[in-house]
Amino acid sequence: MASRAPTDWTSDAMRRRIARRYSAERRFKALGLLAILLSAGFLAFLLVSMAANGLRGFTRTEIALPIDFQRAALFVDPQALAMGNPDQVLASANLPAAIDKAAEEVFGKGGAHLLSAGAMKAVRDAIVADPAILAKKVTIAVPAAEGIDVAAKGKGSDADEARVARLERAGALSTGFNWPFLTSSDGTDPTVVGIWGALKGSLLTMGITLLLSFPVGVLAALYLEEYAPRNRWTDLIEVSINNLAAVPSIIFGLLGLAIFLNLMHLPRSAPIVGGLTLALMTMPVIVIAGRNAIKAVPPSIRDAALGIGASPVQVVFHHVLPLALPGILTGTIIGMARALGETAPLLMIGMRAFVASPPGGITDPATVLPVQIFLWSDEVGKGFIEKTSAAIIILLLFLLTMNSIAIYLRNKFERKW
Amino acid sequence: MVTSPMADMRNSGPKMTARHVNVFYGEKQAIQDVSIDVELDEVTAFIGPSGCGKSTFLRTLNRMNDTVPGARVEGTITLDGEDIYASDMDVVQLRARVGMVFQKPNPFPKSIYENVAYGPRIHGLASGKAELDQIVEKSLRRAGLWDEVKDRLHDSGTALSGGQQQRLCIGRAIAVEPEVILMDEPCSALDPIATARIEELILDLRGNYAIVIVTHNMQQAARVSQRTAFFHLGRLVEQGPTTEIFTNPREERTKDYITGRYG
Repeated sequence: MASRAPTDWTSDAMRRRIARRYSAERRFKALGLLAILLSAGFLAFLLVSMAANGLRGFTRTEIALPIDFQRAALFVDPQALAMGNPDQVLASANLPAAIDKAAEEVFGKGGAHLLSAGAMKAVRDAIVADPAILAKKVTIAVPAAEGIDVAAKGKGSDADEARVARLERAGALSTGFNWPFLTSSDGTDPTVVGIWGALKGSLLTMGITLLLSFPVGVLAALYLEEYAPRNRWTDLIEVSINNLAAVPSIIFGLLGLAIFLNLMHLPRSAPIVGGLTLALMTMPVIVIAGRNAIKAVPPSIRDAALGIGASPVQVVFHHVLPLALPGILTGTIIGMARALGETAPLLMIGMRAFVASPPGGITDPATVLPVQIFLWSDEVGKGFIEKTSAAIIILLLFLLTMNSIAIYLRNKFERKW
Repeated sequence: MVTSPMADMRNSGPKMTARHVNVFYGEKQAIQDVSIDVELDEVTAFIGPSGCGKSTFLRTLNRMNDTVPGARVEGTITLDGEDIYASDMDVVQLRARVGMVFQKPNPFPKSIYENVAYGPRIHGLASGKAELDQIVEKSLRRAGLWDEVKDRLHDSGTALSGGQQQRLCIGRAIAVEPEVILMDEPCSALDPIATARIEELILDLRGNYAIVIVTHNMQQAARVSQRTAFFHLGRLVEQGPTTEIFTNPREERTKDYITGRYG
């Protein structure tokens, strides 16, 4: 065999090869950077547009309304008000009529239409807070009607813009934080709707989902990894679980409808049914994440524990589970976040109903954040656009909180070896 | 006068005996017809080339092979005359009585204290915190680690050096007061200085426990053991007093192996 000539590391071909290598490196880096910028851009666009629309949903336009309670002659017994149920006492007094009259007096004919339906609640709260005003003439800031609110925020019709201009000249307009948005529920008037009902519905539903899917998912994962023999049946189960995790969520909604409503006759639209349905959906995700986390625990730890006479259950609960917990928690949070954003299966089990009061328990009719967003986005009223965005902001904050908790827990339990 | 070999086994017989042991992994036979005794006051070394079955055989002595799917053991293995593969033998208790130290140091990712206290705790060997503290100190002293770690018992066991970790694992095994300690190539992941410390430790422990050590290192077998068994291709080729095996082996294969002709 002829001996090879020594490699010429400085030949032209060699130089070209080096140049090609460097440019390939540069191309790859540039493409990666581009991909990152693209996704960051989309994220920024989403956040900016949400914030631009949604932040206005957290404020409301208020109109200073002077009311002379003495002249309005409300039939309210201050003593009954102090002792009994104020709602009951005030319901018998003709409060709406008094407010309408006061508005017409100050703002002229049609003045009552400047006020939102929430004006009555604002006045009532003022009376309950200080019953002494019933004998005085006071000015109360009440929420403006939808058209005025939208116009004041710069997107109203010409007629409303003109009214706003007039009110502004009179110095009657102000902007306040929309507390009722955080404390009340769905309604027909965008100036009085709130997110609390949906938020509470989401919390209850998530609670049920977590309570069910976490223990069942973790136990299933532990059994499959640590105890189950490897045979055709366990292979079949593994394939089924993987498939289950990929089933479209609407199918789970149909399943929930068939089993929990039609067969078990659980209440419609209730968080318990929503939670059960979402638990079915979340369980496979937790099982898969759990199995991967358990698989990642080094076998030497199991050997060590078995070698000093730990029983299999002790090995699992003293060593394997604590070491796998960070991974299991991460998987659980991913599954829960998916469940939190889920709309389709909940529509199937009736959680899209119009529910005007927050649920008192897991069997009361309720709705959840994403469904509320879906419902509001469907409304024609202009005021609902910003409410939809505001609700999305709340949902995103909720998700962010959940993820932060997950990261905190993961770091807390993470052990190094 | 001839006494029956079974008569006084509990007191004077070998600590463990194996008779005609075969081990299968599925269809494959890993151990063929091995019979050997483990004496209480001796260190027994298993030597042989890689894949000869010495580790497999070691793991049958505390039934660690039970955890391997498809593993099957034939023949009898006894501890103090009791068949450890009998249906009424409790595996968990057996493993407490026959402790094990593994090839790679595998402390739990917990504190040094917890590593040692874990065994006594699950077996209920200590009646209170004070007694547990005593057991931990005694075990770490015996493992020759106490002076190095007494001020940082609550640091992670995994933060120790490799040799310290292996001594921690030995301390952890000692803490449950086993009768036999099985060591599966305990020094193969350690440097020569750490290895020397482990060997010293084995010499110290001898007499308190029956010790069986698997090793690749023939000098190590010669240094620490009183009895040596040479395995080859799943068979026990030769066993006897260590000095005899190393100076005057009967079998040609043993001679070839210990003189470095193969392995």
